[in-house]
Amino acid sequence: MKILNCPLNGPRNISEFICAGEVEVEPDPNRCSNAEWAEYIFLHDNDAGVVQEWWCHVPTAYWFIVERNNLTDEILRTFPSTEIFTKRQEYSRPDQEAS
Amino acid sequence: MAFALLKYGLGFGKFERQFPKQKDLKDSYDVVIVGGGGHGAATAYYLARDYGITNVAILERGYLGGGNTARNTTIIRSNYLTPEGVAFYDESLSLYKDLSNDFDMNIMYSERGHFTLAHTDAAVRTSRWRAEVNKHLGVDSELVFPNEIKKICPQLNLSEDVRYPVMGALYHPPGAIARHDAVAWGYARGATMRGVELHQKTEVTGIKRSNGKAVGVETTRGTVNAGKIIQCVAGRSSLVAKMAGFKLPIKTVPLQACVSQPLKPFLDAIIVSGSLHVYISQSSRGELVMGGSTDPYGVYQNRSTLEFKEGLMAHMLELFPFLGEVKILRQWAGMADMTPDFSPVMGETPVDNYYIDAGWGTWGFKATPVCGKRNAEMLATGTVPEVLKPFRLSRFEEFHQVGEKGAASVGH
Ligand SMILES: Cc1cc2nc3c(=O)[nH]c(=O)nc-3n(C[C@H](O)[C@H](O)[C@H](O)COP(=O)(O)OP(=O)(O)OC[C@H]3O[C@@H](n4cnc5c(N)ncnc54)[C@H](O)[C@@H]3O)c2cc1C
Repeated sequence: MKILNCPLNGPRNISEFICAGEVEVEPDPNRCSNAEWAEYIFLHDNDAGVVQEWWCHVPTAYWFIVERNNLTDEILRTFPSTEIFTKRQEYSRPDQEAS
Repeated sequence: MAFALLKYGLGFGKFERQFPKQKDLKDSYDVVIVGGGGHGAATAYYLARDYGITNVAILERGYLGGGNTARNTTIIRSNYLTPEGVAFYDESLSLYKDLSNDFDMNIMYSERGHFTLAHTDAAVRTSRWRAEVNKHLGVDSELVFPNEIKKICPQLNLSEDVRYPVMGALYHPPGAIARHDAVAWGYARGATMRGVELHQKTEVTGIKRSNGKAVGVETTRGTVNAGKIIQCVAGRSSLVAKMAGFKLPIKTVPLQACVSQPLKPFLDAIIVSGSLHVYISQSSRGELVMGGSTDPYGVYQNRSTLEFKEGLMAHMLELFPFLGEVKILRQWAGMADMTPDFSPVMGETPVDNYYIDAGWGTWGFKATPVCGKRNAEMLATGTVPEVLKPFRLSRFEEFHQVGEKGAASVGH
């Protein structure tokens, strides 16, 4: 069993985690076009090599980021999402002017 | 067989090559097919046979049919969930039935009957739904219960004294298996016989574009121009599409499988359990061909894992307890190009003259003939055939998916 080092819970069996896909910048769902939203939801880089992904430690519902090489199946680094996402994501209301 | 060996061994009789010798690449082709798996070879075959288009090159980075075509567990069925899916896969099934004759080569197509077991009320409900859609479209498919299953497949453990008792099953008598290599070789031989060039060990490394149009490909053996290009590269779909400049709704995830030591024939039916993540059939060699769900996370690697075997066997032994002493002979993996709606991505792309056959995930072997036939029609006539339209890439931005997850063989 592979061991993943969770930033919150330390080294755990990888079967305790789920991989939720690439780290991307989310467009504002109320301001972007359908095509932009569809691209964000459905289309992926699906690169071969070093990738950054959202992972979740399921028993503690803790979300964080994993950097790994998917050609060699090696985990390179795990870190809290606050390293990349430094401020809170705000959502505008559909009936509001974008600020 | 023995006589043939002796005859050729002693130098009598002329040995006929199955495929012509590989030539140098030409400067240009009418159609370039990226990927020499079943889908690529079938596309070339129908282009040559039905449309007389033979100035065609299949470019394959490894060897013919060495990708997922070589790695799949060859289950062929058409008991899908959506009318679009059922029509499409059923066309493929009827083409399969004639392939041995078409090729003059035995693809060992063997109708076995296919059970999708249901272990929960929800799964019984989905089976009934599928059976009704199937029957409506003329596909032989029926919801059956343990007393009927027992008659058709007495080998299966139908005891209630297990963790997940069998509550019912979707029974699909036309469900079949076939020899996967023969499918790739038959198509490629039929194509090369008619003049198509098969270039193995030739990797496409770039797509040449001019004014939004694809005009050629760069390869490890030089550049070639192309009238039209189609990519049929399964697990590497996103990487090749990126060369052409667009993204796909695909995640590449390994799918593993294994076979047991050969046993005397005892299991004719194909047994699948979505909830238990198990499928099993007995090949004509007597090996039990077994598989489960896709890996929990993506890698671009064909490695095998112990977790896969442990997970699979725990459930397998509940269905067939008497297999406890049987040994595993081989284990392998392929890279599955998974889409969010469990349907493929077929047809036109944002790049003119550039077409796609992708998103075949864990279910594309059964679709090899229909893909080849309809790809050829599309490339020859320039219009997308009706049966391919529901699977267009643009369905995602139109939010018009073709949801087939309920008909996927195993849970994912
Ligand atoms: C373990 C396993 C079990 C499966 N079981 C079933 C099943 O029971 N039933 C079913 O219907 N389907 C099944 N599938 C799915 C099925 O195998 C595939 O969907 C199908 O074989 C895809 O065919 P293809 O010709 O598109 O791909 P492939 O056979 O993978 O061919 C693609 C080819 O493209 C080549 N290629 C890639 N990149 C390049 C490049 N840049 N340049 C040139 N060539 C390139 C590759 O080398 C490869 O040979 C299974 C898959 C796996 C892995």
